[in-house]
Order: sequence, then C-alpha cells, then structure tokens
Amino acid sequence: MFTAPLVVAYPYKRTVGTLLSRFFQSLQEGRLEGTKGSDGRVYFPPAEFDPVTGRQLDEWVTLAETGTVVTWAWQSAPQPDQPLERPFAWALITLDGADVPLLHAVDAGDMARIRTGSRVKVRWADERSGGIRDIACFDLLEGAS
Amino acid sequence: MSEADGIMRLRQPISVTYNWSAGPNATSHLNGLLDGTLVGKRCPGCSLVYFPPRNGVCPKCARILGDDVVVGPRGTITTFCVVNVPFLGQKIKLPYVAAQILLDGADISMQHLIQECEAADVRIGMRVEPVWKDRSEWGPSLENIAHFRPTGEPDRDMGVEAGAS
Amino acid sequence: MARRDVAIVATAQRPNEVGSTLTSVELILPVINDVIAKVGIERQKIGFWCHGSCDYMSGQPFSFVAAVDAIGAWPPIVESHVEGDGALALYEAWVKIQTGECDVALVFSNGKTTSGPIDRILNLQADPYMVTPLWPGFDSLAALQARACLDAGVLSEADMAEVAARSYRDALNNPIAYAKENVTAEQLLARPYTTAPLRAHDCGVPVDGANAIILAAGDAARSLAERPAWIRGIDHRIDTQRLGARSMTESSSAAIAAAKAGVGDDRIDIAELHAPYTHQEILLRRAMNLGEGTHVNPSGGALVSNPAMAAGLARFAEAAESVFSGSADRVLAHCTSGPMLQQNLVCVMEGE
Repeated sequence: MFTAPLVVAYPYKRTVGTLLSRFFQSLQEGRLEGTKGSDGRVYFPPAEFDPVTGRQLDEWVTLAETGTVVTWAWQSAPQPDQPLERPFAWALITLDGADVPLLHAVDAGDMARIRTGSRVKVRWADERSGGIRDIACFDLLEGAS
Repeated sequence: MSEADGIMRLRQPISVTYNWSAGPNATSHLNGLLDGTLVGKRCPGCSLVYFPPRNGVCPKCARILGDDVVVGPRGTITTFCVVNVPFLGQKIKLPYVAAQILLDGADISMQHLIQECEAADVRIGMRVEPVWKDRSEWGPSLENIAHFRPTGEPDRDMGVEAGAS
Repeated sequence: MARRDVAIVATAQRPNEVGSTLTSVELILPVINDVIAKVGIERQKIGFWCHGSCDYMSGQPFSFVAAVDAIGAWPPIVESHVEGDGALALYEAWVKIQTGECDVALVFSNGKTTSGPIDRILNLQADPYMVTPLWPGFDSLAALQARACLDAGVLSEADMAEVAARSYRDALNNPIAYAKENVTAEQLLARPYTTAPLRAHDCGVPVDGANAIILAAGDAARSLAERPAWIRGIDHRIDTQRLGARSMTESSSAAIAAAKAGVGDDRIDIAELHAPYTHQEILLRRAMNLGEGTHVNPSGGALVSNPAMAAGLARFAEAAESVFSGSADRVLAHCTSGPMLQQNLVCVMEGE
C-alpha cells in the first residue's frame, strides 16, 4: 500500500476592509481600539457591524492593556504555530473598558497560577506587522487578581 | 502591511501535513511505475480498462475495479493543445504540447507531454511512445516518463473527419 | 404549499476505524451500494444525490468531485455537495423533495479524520482574522466552554464523566462504534487532563467513517420501507461566530431549532445528539429540554466515534434505525458544526 506525506500549503493574503484595516494599523502602532455597538457594548476585537441593528460601526473606543480572564483552558502540549512554545492557557479576556472578550493566550507558566477572574496584561510582540499576533500573549498581573 | 489605498493585507499562510494513502486499488498501478510497467485496471462490470485507475472505482458502474491489465507502452493522441502561456511553476520551455494519450489496451486517455517534434506537426491520431527518465530518478509516479515522442507509425483513425478543424 | 411528508427509508454505515488506507471514494462506495440494496431501488429512480464532506480533511481541493465516482454517475444525475456534515446535505435533500422536483434522494457523507491533524484542520473553519492565526484547535475552544459551564455551576466534571461512561458502555452494543469500554465515571475521573478541564474521555474520538441515507416522499416512502421514519420537523440555527459574544453556558441556536422542530410537542424516546464533547451533550439536553424519559445516544454517539463531517448524519441513521426496528416511536436527530456548538440542526422523526 502506498502512503506518503502530503503537505498542503497556501500563502493567503487577505484584504481586511476599512474597519479592520484601522484596527490592525492601531495594533501595529501599539494601541488597543474597539468599537461601540448601539446597545453601548464595546467589542474588542472590534465588531464591524452592530450585532443588534446590522449597521456598520464607526465609534471607536481606546482600551487599557489590562483585562480579566472570563474563562480559560490549559494547553499542556503546545502545537505548531500557537502563540507560545511552553504550556500555556487559552483564555477569553475582557479588556478593561470593553464588554465582549477576545480569545488569546496567557503565559501563566503553570496551570495552578491562573483562574477565572485572573488579571492579565498585554505583552506586545517584538516585531509587529498588523494582525492579532501583534499581541504576543498576555501576562498574569502578580497579586492583582 | 498597509497599501496605498489604506486597506491592509493580512498575511495568513496556512499549511497542513497529511498522511496520504493511494488506496489498495491504485497500489498495483504505482508499483508498476516503480518497475517501468504501465498497469491499469479492468472494471468487472463494463470491462473498460482504466489507466490510471483513478480512485480504484469505475464511475460508470460504481464498482471497485478488478484485475490488473498491462497497457501500452505505445499509444495514440486523442486530443492536444499547444501551450504558449507562461505560468508560475512552469518547468518546460514554451511552446510545448500537452496531449491526451490513449495507451494501447486502455479505454481511458491520460495526459502527458509530447516532445522531440515540432508543435505544429502534432495531430490527433498520431502514434506516440514514452521516453523514460533515468531509472535512478524513478518513483511511484507518471513523472518517471519524461515525455512521449512520435513513433513514426501510420496515424490511427480516431473518427475525426478530414478537413474538420 | 402544503409540506410533503418525507421519511428516511434506509441507512448504511461502515464500521468506524482509525488509520484507514482507503481513498475517500473507496470509503463511500460500499455504503452507497449497501443503502441502495436495502431498498432494492434502481439507481435511476434516485432523483437527487447530496454529499457532505470537507476538502480540508481530504487535503485535496474539489475532492468532492472525485467522490462522484462512487455513485455511478452515468448517465448524468442530479447531484449536489455541501461543504459540511452530511446532516446538512440531508437538509438540502429534504428541501429538494419539498420543491417537488424529486421523490427519492440519496444523502451520503464521509470523514477521513485520521489522515491529518484534525484539531488543526478544523481551525480553518474559524474566524480567519482573529482566531485562525492563533491556531487554538477545537479541543481547547471546547475546553473554554466547559470551564465557563463549570464556573457557572451548570455542570460538574463528574456529570461530564457520567456522560462519557454511559456512552462508552452503550457503545459495547454498537458493532460499528470505535471506542467502547465497560467503565465508570469514577474510573474516568481518575485519568489525567488533556486540555484542562477536559480529559481524553470528554473529547470525541476522531475516526474514519462513511454513511448513506435514502429519503423518500409519501407513497414512495411507504413502498420502500415497512416502517419509515417520518420527518415531522427540521430546523437549523446558527449562533454568532464571535466566540466572545456567545453565551458559553447555553446554546440558544439549539434551543430555537428544537422548538421550531417541535421537540417539545410530545415525548422523545431516543435522542441522538451530535455532541463531540461531554459538556456539550449536557448543554444540548438543557437547550432542548430533554428529560429522564429520553434515552440519549444509545449508539454511544460522537464521543465514541467522531468521523468529522459524517458524525451528524450518523445520528440521523441511528435515530431512524430505532424507528425501523420499532424500538422507538418518536426520535430526535441533531447535528452541530463549528466550534462550541456554533450551528445546530434538529430533526424530529416518528414511526406510524
């Protein structure tokens, strides 16, 4: 029986539209900007369209680099291309000033150190090119949870 | 990565590595290529001989293909095109001819290159034979055949009316 | 226009396995021939063929075109493909029959889940800007959902282990199930976390599988099966793709789909829920209000064999078979797609 490794790879380059262009530009410049919906809820990453009315959103809100873990899971064996190479936590994190959380990684070091409600802070990537990976991961804020 | 129009382009390379299986029914075909033999398969329903044996099934009868059948190595051009357009990854000097070739004993044509003649001389019905690469370069692939070339035999009537274009 | 009565009249599934060396076409062909043989119908009488699969799992663009080789498409047939679970293809076929364009349809699906890294591959279904670049994997996304449910007191790890233990034990009676074990929840809880708070038993086992179902309308259905499984209601709903904007502790799309499909109108004997994770079965039971009188996943469900893109249609096959045999009168079949129960298709079937 013939079996062989098969690698399928595509070098996609996606145009991201006007609103996400501004978002990724701001990330590249080291700022965290979300959008505000008609019900007052602040989305980070920004919602392009109001989840309630469907209208295109254009009211921007600048957010803090700190936030709170809403839920988390432990990646005990990191896989290729994930944000960290040592065991880490995936988390939904609500940034201070935002209402809707984002998915990212927390470099907690050990599963025992993180819990729901933990306070975290953005760690910026050394080289930023416009993309969600401009945030390298989040760090735990010691003693602040 | 920002562009002049203010719209960003997000680079997002993706890659996945699979363990690809040719399936039990195509394996004799690939083993044949390792040996320099062209092995197709006969459908136990309609008796058509498939080369290559596709996914190991006859799409007309929805049956698993049956016996191995050695075909070729000579065959007849059933249709062809002259490639003049450069594209990414192209390995052959332009212009060149890509043809459908019906190997002797097969019922399904396969695609390969025609070389060692002028593109203008290639025609439907032309008899061709494979030119194999050096054996050291062989793998389980039709790429073991570098190209096909004219045999010089008389053309075979493929049912195309003279003068039709 | 009055709705046409449509029923499942036959099903076929191949035994789930790991590391199959068959091509997708070779995987599909026997189940299609089996399901046709069961009703003894001529191929030409099948007015519509619909296939569910995912090219990313085959590692081959347009692999579904090659799959047409498995259905004997000569002379040419009317056929369609859904890039998703076969249960969504069944929905398309049901709509096709409703239009009156055909009376008999064949639906099939295949998932060669073990020839690639399925957790990575499923990532390609996620938000391409905010999620896929992080490559989280579906197990870790499901784990986020499970933690939120644990924190909220919606369920406990023991509840989750109970779901797994029941599924593994039920699978002992299912010849085509892959994972099966006479095990208790206590024993499972003693095993280590994989992606905490999930343990291995909380995650459906990726397998290679294929299945096929024949749908027929009215008198055609009565002529093809002794006791057809009549589709009384079917509905498909989707939650927002923004993971953070979705409730982690309930499934609103499943609740709406169940209500629209008429789940609450009468008792449900058997519910085949497509829950690739233990906590998701609990969320689905709550969303659909399924009580103690409903036997959930007597087949073992997707936990014991999860051929991605075929696991949803497998639920329809299992539920319909329980109607054919007379062991149940009113059954539910469900299919989910996307991370964290993003999409939910619910169908209620009855025997006469």
